[in-house]
Amino acid sequence: MALMTILQAINHTLDQQMEKDSTVVVYGEDVGVEGGVFRATAGLQKKYGVERCFDAPVSEAGIVGTAVGMAINGLKPVVEIQFSGFMFPAYNQIAAHVARMRVRSRGKYHLPLVIRMPYGGGIRALEHHSESQETLFAHIPGLKVVIPSTPYDAKGLLTAAIKDPDPVIFMEPKRIYRAFKQEVPEEEYIVPIGKAKVVKEGTDITVVAWGAMVREVQKAMQELEQEGISVELIDLRTIKPIDKDTILESVQKTGRFLVVHEAVTSFGPGAELVSLVTQGAFLSLEAPPTRLGAFDVTVPLDKGEHHYLIDSKRIAYEVRKLIKY
Amino acid sequence: MLTKQFDPLKKKQLQILDENGNIVAKDLEPNLSKDQLLKMYKTMVLGRVADTKAVQFQRQGRMLTFVINKGQEAAQVGSAAAIEEQDWVVPAFREFSTLLYRGAPLYNLYLYWYGNEWGSHFPEGVKILPVNITIGAQFNHATGVALASKFQKKNEVVLTFIGDGGTSEGEFHEGINFASVFDAPVVFIIQNNHYAISVPRQKQTKSITLAQKAIAYGIPGIQVDGNDVLAMYVATKEAVDRARRGEGPTLIEAYTYRLGAHTTSDDPTLYREDKEVDEWIKKDPLIRFKKYLIEKGYWSEEEDQKLYEEYNDYVNDVFKQVEATGFYQLEDVFKYQYAEMPQHLVEQYEAYKHYLEEVK
Repeated sequence: MALMTILQAINHTLDQQMEKDSTVVVYGEDVGVEGGVFRATAGLQKKYGVERCFDAPVSEAGIVGTAVGMAINGLKPVVEIQFSGFMFPAYNQIAAHVARMRVRSRGKYHLPLVIRMPYGGGIRALEHHSESQETLFAHIPGLKVVIPSTPYDAKGLLTAAIKDPDPVIFMEPKRIYRAFKQEVPEEEYIVPIGKAKVVKEGTDITVVAWGAMVREVQKAMQELEQEGISVELIDLRTIKPIDKDTILESVQKTGRFLVVHEAVTSFGPGAELVSLVTQGAFLSLEAPPTRLGAFDVTVPLDKGEHHYLIDSKRIAYEVRKLIKY
Repeated sequence: MLTKQFDPLKKKQLQILDENGNIVAKDLEPNLSKDQLLKMYKTMVLGRVADTKAVQFQRQGRMLTFVINKGQEAAQVGSAAAIEEQDWVVPAFREFSTLLYRGAPLYNLYLYWYGNEWGSHFPEGVKILPVNITIGAQFNHATGVALASKFQKKNEVVLTFIGDGGTSEGEFHEGINFASVFDAPVVFIIQNNHYAISVPRQKQTKSITLAQKAIAYGIPGIQVDGNDVLAMYVATKEAVDRARRGEGPTLIEAYTYRLGAHTTSDDPTLYREDKEVDEWIKKDPLIRFKKYLIEKGYWSEEEDQKLYEEYNDYVNDVFKQVEATGFYQLEDVFKYQYAEMPQHLVEQYEAYKHYLEEVK
């Protein structure tokens, strides 16, 4: 066991999987010599050589497109898109090819590849460095979308993603990359994709969140507990496929539902979850299942970002409204 | 034609003013007025001072992540000086001095990197598109602006920029190809500063020069000493004249060097040696241009010192003004997404205002 940040857990997991499986290759912009702009791949090129960890040209379509070819021909690429805001040149590859190779070839080809990317706001960043685009991936049939919120889960989920026979979009909440440390076991383990986690049991309301929002909900819960409101917090961990059972079971118990996400509200992941709860737990509901997402605007630059980001106060406010409903 | 004389496939590079401030190609020396030469020099100095101060402000926690331009002022200003009042600039994100030369107020440029979109709202008549962070997309925008000019017979030329790393993006190629097919009046400038964050130029492409990429599109290309402001001016001017005559685009590779980090978030010691930087410090575009101006009797060391002092104060004042006025109005979050705010946004805006009142 060692204490690790999310970033360290990712670096450690890549190292471990490259060590155990010689077909794992890691590349992206600045990933090799420098070890990535966040240092998620630090030391890997030195240890495994330039054919297993290398700097790609500035070419997101190239990075993902070549990963498709490599995955078809015997390798397991774990590629990095430097910031999720830069993924759009690769989106053609992701939506038109990564997601479809298995279905188009009726299983003849499949793509055991992982596309990692830091996402989300709250780091006072430049334009195109703060978006939360999980919906843009989750909406595409054929993709799995994973977001860890702790170092332990980062390792277990990344290990599962690398071992998965199908493509996984692995989104990393960069705002909490180095926010806290947690015990992470040295030995390999898996956190299954498609399984949410009940972080804390509660009785009055179910709150689902992921990524950096989990900690904001936890902060809100400290306030709410003093007011006698008992929140059941679920960390979704996998955006797609959604762990329907864990959520419905919880809502059937609490009777209230709030989903909190950084992504913009309209057509966002919250809509999917609210729909799921409405259909699956309709008769248990004591208040309208509700989503709390970002405003439907382009992420403001730093001087306006505090209005945009969901914080614990807004979460607590929303929870109170649903409790009083 | 310079692009014939300096064939990139033969590794020729256009230089007029060498690193010691000597004219090495007398016949190519541009006939620029004292006023224009001094405007170019002063803009480069202002760019340098503002750039250096921005890094200091960032270190003091007063400025956000800042893209550093130090060493690239000649490539930025020599090109900008070759276009006319009616022409456009479509930047990437490392053209600080180009934007200053073309009339973008320092206040705006600082405000943008301070974290406020109003920085991209340039005054009336300043034909500059907002800085583009997503690598390469601006090449197609530039081509589109140029085509619109051509189709509407507006006599405008477009100057656009990219870095050496950007030449690996699909849109670099798509933009040039699109422009070349239609003879769009656009000048594509690659600021080859030798690094795409940590990745050196030679690992970005197998091409020996970046200028030679022009050949594949059937357009002229030329590699220029990007630290030589006169060469940058002359090469750009020829390309601009050609574009204005309706003869299509040109690709110019400005061979330069980023003396600072990629941004204030970057640590170049991870990927390059100090001695390489030291070699390029000797080629500083400001040093040779100053020597040239002094040689011509247009400038003196005393005036130079005074200029730096003056700009130091000016830059401090502008940044203080940014700090005093660069805050966000709440409506800025919502108001500019569409011409008219749709109902769902009005509702979100109202609900948020209500929330702010309630939690106060």
